[in-house]
Amino acid sequence: MTAPAEAKAAHPTPTQNEKSDDSLLQIRGLNKRFSLSGDFLEQLRFKGGKLVRHQEYVHAINGVDLDIKRGEALCVVGESGCGKSTVARMVMGLITPSEGEIRYAGERIDNLSSRQLLPYRKRMQMIFQNPYASLNPRMTIQQTLEEPLRLHHPDWDREKIEQKVEDVMRSVGIDPDWGKRFGHEFSGGQRQRIAIARALAVDPEFIVADEPISALDVSIQAQVLNLLMEAQQERNLTYLFITHDLAVVEHFGTRVAVMYLGTVCEIATTSTLFAKPRHPYTQALLSAIPRLEDDRPQHIRLSGEVPTPVNLPTGCVFHGRCPHANARCKQEIPVLQTQDDGTRVACHAVEEGRL
Amino acid sequence: MNASSSALPSRWERFRDSYLFYSFKRDMVAQVSLVVFIALVAVAVLAPWLSPMNPYDLAQIDILASELPPFWVEGSDAQYLLGTDAQGRDMLSTILYGARVSLIIGFGAVALQALIGVCFGLLAGYLGGRIDAFLMRLADIQLSFSTLMVAIIVGALVKAIFGGETFSAYAVPLLVLIIGLAEWPQYARTVRASVLAEKNKEYVDAARVMGLRSKRIMFRHVLPNTLSPIFVISTVQIANAIISEAALSFLGLGMPETHPSLGSLIKSGFDYIQSGSWWITLIPGALLVVLVLSINLLGDWLRDVMNPRLYKG
Repeated sequence: MTAPAEAKAAHPTPTQNEKSDDSLLQIRGLNKRFSLSGDFLEQLRFKGGKLVRHQEYVHAINGVDLDIKRGEALCVVGESGCGKSTVARMVMGLITPSEGEIRYAGERIDNLSSRQLLPYRKRMQMIFQNPYASLNPRMTIQQTLEEPLRLHHPDWDREKIEQKVEDVMRSVGIDPDWGKRFGHEFSGGQRQRIAIARALAVDPEFIVADEPISALDVSIQAQVLNLLMEAQQERNLTYLFITHDLAVVEHFGTRVAVMYLGTVCEIATTSTLFAKPRHPYTQALLSAIPRLEDDRPQHIRLSGEVPTPVNLPTGCVFHGRCPHANARCKQEIPVLQTQDDGTRVACHAVEEGRL
Repeated sequence: MNASSSALPSRWERFRDSYLFYSFKRDMVAQVSLVVFIALVAVAVLAPWLSPMNPYDLAQIDILASELPPFWVEGSDAQYLLGTDAQGRDMLSTILYGARVSLIIGFGAVALQALIGVCFGLLAGYLGGRIDAFLMRLADIQLSFSTLMVAIIVGALVKAIFGGETFSAYAVPLLVLIIGLAEWPQYARTVRASVLAEKNKEYVDAARVMGLRSKRIMFRHVLPNTLSPIFVISTVQIANAIISEAALSFLGLGMPETHPSLGSLIKSGFDYIQSGSWWITLIPGALLVVLVLSINLLGDWLRDVMNPRLYKG
């Protein structure tokens, strides 16, 4: 392993992980707040004749625990604004967590400098949502694909790099002769494949895919999804797959984590989750999938809106819209609890057997 | 796919098919401005070979032939097409050499502005936070001094400390330095604004995920995507720098009369305009107007072409 040895000594392995041997990525107690108040001078307010410092935060992520096992595809679903992408970006080190820790193969990575993170960049890569923005418009495809190789394999000669670029282009179904073209000369699906090729070029073992098909035409989505699944089989990849498309989850995911307002409310294997959703939010979410045989739809209609993440609700973040909420839900924050079939649910009603 | 479409277009073919060239072909004003500008630059660059005499060479100057009018006015000498100035220098040669000095200062000052402004703008926009606040306040402070005031103070100080001789000898680099330092915030602000827009795009995140260093992301990924506004303000800034230099020279703080730019020619002729020798001031003045106008019209056209709302290049 390329990880520095002293990092292991400095940070003891987490105590609460049950199955650390097969989990590639561990997220513990992750929190992220974004300040809304600007710099120090803008935070000063007059209140009752006194100058006070007033700070406001968006609580984007509130205590997320996740384990991603080697070789699986963990799908994270939830409506927009629930913090799916923020989790993905924190895992990749694009933003730093306010609290909590992220471990990759047992080593803590959330507090490393960009130079210390470099060996991990080769092992974990990311695919972005918008293929129209994720390729540099001033660089040719060849340059785009060569750049990560030159950085991570400074000892490779020109011939070897070109050979690798050609291989990786072939593996995503892009003609290597097109390398001298620019990103804007390709269609959305082709661009997303090039973006996938860029991620695969350094031979990673873990890929974070942030809604990689939601910006694509429906006819192209299946192609790209199949490409991702092929790559998983050939290279034994592990995915953290962010999406809001439940049909994709059913097709692609090994396990599913459902998020609501910056918290994980349920984690289960895909088949269990679709067969037997436990959390009231998951139940409402799954009931919203349109079915062909739907002549008597039984959607669970949730009242109200998602509360603002600036002033979080007390207790369970879902209690305001939950049909099963009681007094305890308004006060006590539920934690993920393992059920007898391995599903983990954060819900007082499930725990008390009311549901 | 047939053979011709799979073959890659060359750089020239790509340019010929570009929107830039297309809109240039359809814009008369831009074409005329470009021709005028290139012609002026060409004669200025080739001044030592084109001009009838060398105005810096005192041996060629005949004081008896001073204040001769241009050829279409009575009393002119066919040897001096545009007449002579008060010291007997051939106006045509002096103007060609003067345009050369003006253009050198204009381009030099803009290169310096661009160098400082682009670096500061990139750093401020990409790194943000305190560096951003510091550099932008610095830019605000710089902008609150007018170019002329900075130039007058620096020029006066240099003259006082090192004497007029030294000032004359180093007038060109000094003017480049003064005008370059006075106007860098224009670049820094423009670059910062477009860096702020670019740095949230996913290709920058992709470069960060790849593990590239900030320096490489800034110069290799972000900077090439902010070039359009840099080109546009460069044209305006070259015109501005030439005007600034002319204004400074007119005030006597620029090029010395022994080594005149267009501005100092206008100034030297200004004393004789009352006595009927209008050509010493008006001809270099007209040339200055034509030069600046052609640059500004080109800049105008470029701004329209590169406007991302009309066309995203």
